[in-house]
Amino acid sequence: MRRAIPLTILAVVGTVLIVSVFLPPLENLGEDFTLFFDIIAVFAFFLGGGNLVRIHFNKLWRKRKDWGFSIVTLFGFFFMLVIGLLKIGNPGGIGADPTAEGSWFQETFNYVINPLQSTMYALLAFFVASASYRAFRAKNREATLLLLAAFIILLGRTPFGVMLTAWVPESWSIAQIPNLAVWIMNSPNLAGQRAIIIGIGLGVVSMSLRLILGIERSYLGEDRG
Amino acid sequence: MKLSVFLFVLLLSISISAQDEPSDTDPAIIVPDSELVVVAPVTSLIAEDHKYDKGDHIDLSWVPSIDDQLLDGTVIGYKLYRSANGGEPVLVEEFPPGTNAFTDDGVYSDSTYSYFIAALSENYAAESNRTAPIAPEVEWLNLHRGWLFLIALIVGGSVLLFINAAKRGTKLFVRKIAGLEAVDDAVGRATEMGRPILFIPGIRDMDDVQTLAGLTILGRVARVIADYDTRIFMPTSRSLVMTAGRETVKAAYTAAGRPDKYNDDMVTYYTDEQFGYVAAVDGVMVREKPATVFLLGAFFAESLILAETGNSIGAIQIAGTARPAQLPFFIAACDFTLIGEELFAASAYLSGEPMQLGSLKGQDVGKAIAMLAILVGVFSATVGLAWDIEFFNDIVEYLSDVFSAR
Amino acid sequence: MGKVNLTLLLAAVAIVIIIAIALIFPLERLGQLYSLLLIFGGLVALLLRSIFAKEVDRRIIFLFIFVAVAAPLLFPITFSEKPTAVVKAVFDRVESLPPGSTVLLSFDFDPAMAPEVQPMANAISRHCLKKGHKVIFMSLWATGQALLTQSLTNTILPEFPEKQDGIDYVNIGYKAGNEGVLNVIVSNFEKMFPTDVNSVPLGEIEIFDDIRSCRDLDFIVSFGGGLPGSKEWVLFVGDPGGVDVAAGVAAVVAPQLYPYYPAQLVGILGGVKGAAEYEFSLKETYPDLKDMDTPGLKMMGPQTLAHIVIISFIVIGNIIYFRGRRKEKGQ
Repeated sequence: MRRAIPLTILAVVGTVLIVSVFLPPLENLGEDFTLFFDIIAVFAFFLGGGNLVRIHFNKLWRKRKDWGFSIVTLFGFFFMLVIGLLKIGNPGGIGADPTAEGSWFQETFNYVINPLQSTMYALLAFFVASASYRAFRAKNREATLLLLAAFIILLGRTPFGVMLTAWVPESWSIAQIPNLAVWIMNSPNLAGQRAIIIGIGLGVVSMSLRLILGIERSYLGEDRG
Repeated sequence: MKLSVFLFVLLLSISISAQDEPSDTDPAIIVPDSELVVVAPVTSLIAEDHKYDKGDHIDLSWVPSIDDQLLDGTVIGYKLYRSANGGEPVLVEEFPPGTNAFTDDGVYSDSTYSYFIAALSENYAAESNRTAPIAPEVEWLNLHRGWLFLIALIVGGSVLLFINAAKRGTKLFVRKIAGLEAVDDAVGRATEMGRPILFIPGIRDMDDVQTLAGLTILGRVARVIADYDTRIFMPTSRSLVMTAGRETVKAAYTAAGRPDKYNDDMVTYYTDEQFGYVAAVDGVMVREKPATVFLLGAFFAESLILAETGNSIGAIQIAGTARPAQLPFFIAACDFTLIGEELFAASAYLSGEPMQLGSLKGQDVGKAIAMLAILVGVFSATVGLAWDIEFFNDIVEYLSDVFSAR
Repeated sequence: MGKVNLTLLLAAVAIVIIIAIALIFPLERLGQLYSLLLIFGGLVALLLRSIFAKEVDRRIIFLFIFVAVAAPLLFPITFSEKPTAVVKAVFDRVESLPPGSTVLLSFDFDPAMAPEVQPMANAISRHCLKKGHKVIFMSLWATGQALLTQSLTNTILPEFPEKQDGIDYVNIGYKAGNEGVLNVIVSNFEKMFPTDVNSVPLGEIEIFDDIRSCRDLDFIVSFGGGLPGSKEWVLFVGDPGGVDVAAGVAAVVAPQLYPYYPAQLVGILGGVKGAAEYEFSLKETYPDLKDMDTPGLKMMGPQTLAHIVIISFIVIGNIIYFRGRRKEKGQ
């Protein structure tokens, strides 16, 4: 019973959504189901948020390893919740846009969340460098091709690349590094991406059919269908 | 004298205010006849039911005013009016000169509509004849998508066919996928080292099929983990994924006969916020130093941040995503990467069950269709363009018609 | 004793040279000179070290990247740009639309993507207002609305004090629902956005007098590479509605959008480079904008140096690899 209900819901909704693509009166059904999903997901947040608070309170209570971080987490959680719900400092009052300039919520966003997010994202610059140092080595023929392409793209994205091949006449402009970089992105890269995308599309079809037919049940913890 | 001046001013102001008042139903503006720029109305206005919809569109077409078709046309635009069930006409849309067709999407199948168009000059409006009342019809089948239906039927049908064949015992060959062969070793390594396994199911919710694919693999991996009695930790960035992940891991532990070893803290929720989640997971990696990291699901900019941190702590990493932009990062930083379709095939592959493998085989028919269409299309487009042969250009057009979903 | 004296002498000479250079060059040039010396000197040293097949610690790579990014931010180095065809196509489209055309700009990004995407969003907003187009601002991302407000109040509107809310531009803000929002506004704005951010009903806003749906727009630019983003604008609005769409995205996403160019996307601005090219074109076409803030052009300095550092490390990595292999063979 515990498995039959989710499997039935999946089979019915999956089939109806596939069929609705071909039946005009049902064509909005996809949107409706997305909406249902969003509503359920919002309620599920109580589970997630509640879990987060419970785990960190527990950690704090029992003074487990690294309990200091839990104070920061809990403070951040409740601080944002309160100033967002009560719209503290919002010039428009309780009925206004929560992100109005001047509200505590917006200020926290601008001066805390914004720099924190940017910092995490900025780590990419460092990691790209260390990953490419390790990965781009001419170990075999394919790796050498990859290395060459990487060189051209990297140079092509800088004014340095423009300078390097500025002497190439206009009639041979394809050989200029920036244009060569665009060509790599536009032709070989594109062909490869499309092949991957076609494969993904077919993979999704086959996986969805397995799920709808109830053959794939490993996510329910079963080995056999 | 004073009175006549007053009356004159009064009349003037009335006439001015009359000019100022625009009227949607009667766009003609009062100006002396000599200055009127008279234009001809549009002709042959036809309203037809839009095919293959749920009765909420009407197609309109017309021949533009003669004064629009001339080189120095005096038509400055058109206004389309609609009256529903014989009621007052209302303005639907305005068009620039040269327009000759429009699809009205503001109609319902339970009403009848008639239309007319006013051709506008700077100070004159010429109305066309009204169309006969028409009610948009509801069609139950969208035949525009007939080709899509057929392709879906062939691909879906061949998946079913191969599943059936596998059921009857036909041997099917599926190529080796290195990343999946390594799963057992990766779990075994964590057991030997006495360190935990980190499973990251991507950052999207349960409505993304990649997350589902991640969870199906989790089902298999958790089973091995339960058998080996290794620790697993799965931080999620969506509440629903947390709930689903708990069910999966719990069921795997139960199936392995060790339900007592399972606890809810194995799967937790951190935050929906992309980089907040990454910061938290990176923290876990650096503090707990897991021996094995699985990154299976939908990943965005965080892919490399997670994978490089995992690499720096010396973990064996098995990654997989169907986001083409993130694949290069995983390939550079992880030991094994499941590329696109391999992610979806993983659970079937790991199960080794004939029926599941059969479904993978069915995909190949889809690939064959795609390859054939690409070959024919590329050949026809090249030949058609090079020598301008109409036959080949027609093939290209036909193919793009067949494969367009609209 | 003599050794100490020599060291002291050398140190004194070095200090004198440093002070002399500092007196001759202005601080900015000096900063540039020293940071470039530091980077390239270090790289040459590592290159020589790589001959002995000694791997480089990741922290050293991080240090080089840090200096390569930070130095040109503190002491700006700018380059001239040559706009590529994909960027020029967007610029030319905004330029060729008659004044008074309605353009929709959607800020679909978060703070993480903002350094890459916000400069181009600001540049195109500026261009549209400068040309006299009417601009509708919106966002499909919750975090995008805050950034949109930031862009409007801090950067764009102070430059155009004569522009009026509701007449020359309007901010209709964020609406939840991702692609669902696009699916609706392609045929009706009011259904999804009954009011703008200031709660003024759409019916009372002058810009919307002639605009019922996205189909009535002359041009759309979507900024941001996530989901929903430019691709969704093409699939749900550009194609079905027959409106021209262009994309401004983070560099890492740009390759994914090339399949849509030029048939379904007018053009693509990819990353800081795309922004820099656009800013360059803007400055060249409108000399009175020469003093405008150009974060895109400024960030090309760090990007260029960082790329050079990465390229050098790839070279160093390969030398280490080949030397290491030879060593193994020798043994």
